[in-house]
Amino acid sequence: MGLPREEYIASGHRACAGCGEILTIRHVLKASGKNTIVVNATGCAEVVTTPYPQTAWKIPWVHSAFENIAAVASGIDKGLECRGIRDKINLLAIGGDGASFDIGFGSLSGAIERGHKFTYIATDNEAYMNTGIQRSGATPLFANTTTSPAGKKIHGKIEPKKPLPLIVAAHGVSYVATISIADLPDLYAKVKKALKAEVVSFLHAFCPCVPGWKYPSSKTIEIAKKATATGVFPLYEIENGILKFTRKPAKLEPVNNYLKMQGRFKHLSQSEIRQIQNYVKERYNFLLSVENSKCFDTLFK
Amino acid sequence: MNKKMKITKGAVIKEPGSTVKYKTGSWRTFRPVIDYEKCIRCGLCWSQCPDMAIEKKGNKFVINYDYCKGCGICAENCPVKAIKMVREEK
Repeated sequence: MGLPREEYIASGHRACAGCGEILTIRHVLKASGKNTIVVNATGCAEVVTTPYPQTAWKIPWVHSAFENIAAVASGIDKGLECRGIRDKINLLAIGGDGASFDIGFGSLSGAIERGHKFTYIATDNEAYMNTGIQRSGATPLFANTTTSPAGKKIHGKIEPKKPLPLIVAAHGVSYVATISIADLPDLYAKVKKALKAEVVSFLHAFCPCVPGWKYPSSKTIEIAKKATATGVFPLYEIENGILKFTRKPAKLEPVNNYLKMQGRFKHLSQSEIRQIQNYVKERYNFLLSVENSKCFDTLFK
Repeated sequence: MNKKMKITKGAVIKEPGSTVKYKTGSWRTFRPVIDYEKCIRCGLCWSQCPDMAIEKKGNKFVINYDYCKGCGICAENCPVKAIKMVREEK
């Protein structure tokens, strides 16, 4: 398939069977190559890859807390600069959705504002999966989690998902993109572009989670494909302030094709599915309306 | 955990990729089996394995059962349906 054969993450890691997050990281590292340093926030990726005294990483890897991933990456960025080897090294900050959307958002925002240079990858599995499926800022509308349980009072999470890529783009960074494991050529192209950026670049990765989303482990790729086909997770990039779709389905499938594959949405009524459909459509139409326009251009430094 | 294990300074792990010592193959309830008569060697299964348990040996893709957790992504997405999931029996 023309993908690099070298692996930078080893077998024997403790991720669940069919993990979408490890698969994403595997390909991001392949695209980034061996001269890479990874800063990894607490979360699934950290816990499953480093059961002390073992590690699955074959490249330098630093563990940080939820809240300071971007701050640690900023320090490494400056450290490498002082040693005069910054240009030779790709610096990746990998955080889950808890670390990126909620807890570590402040340090991410700060690092962007200070103009550091690294690539931030938010591996989004839409809840705190590592600690047992608690809702996060990334959990979509009406998803059933342990802290937004579907019952008589509420039908899953009552708030919609935070639009993090757009929030990051509003900081005026030069490269923001969404990536999905269902589309590897697109993923490789975007990671390569992100690594070339002179300031913080941001990638939002869609990572289906088998135990959290409650679907059979073999459907990981299919769910990611459906998410793009239904418009739930559109693939786009914002380069120098201009938004472009990199994959545009000719016609969006009904969102129910995506929802019905997952146990976390099985409690939904028809009217709730319609609400989600409207919500997804509105968001998608918004992105279409700003495509190719200079919407983020004025914010871009 | 081994009682005699010494904790390194800063919990530094000095051996990269050392999780290979832990065989995750025992997690499996279904094992993927490739039918090489049907296989077109496209490598899609290799690219979609979250456990890096499919390796290219010569011009063949071979499953490493030491690490395969039996998720079934490879069998689900094989374009020519050359991979079957077979129940593990003792």
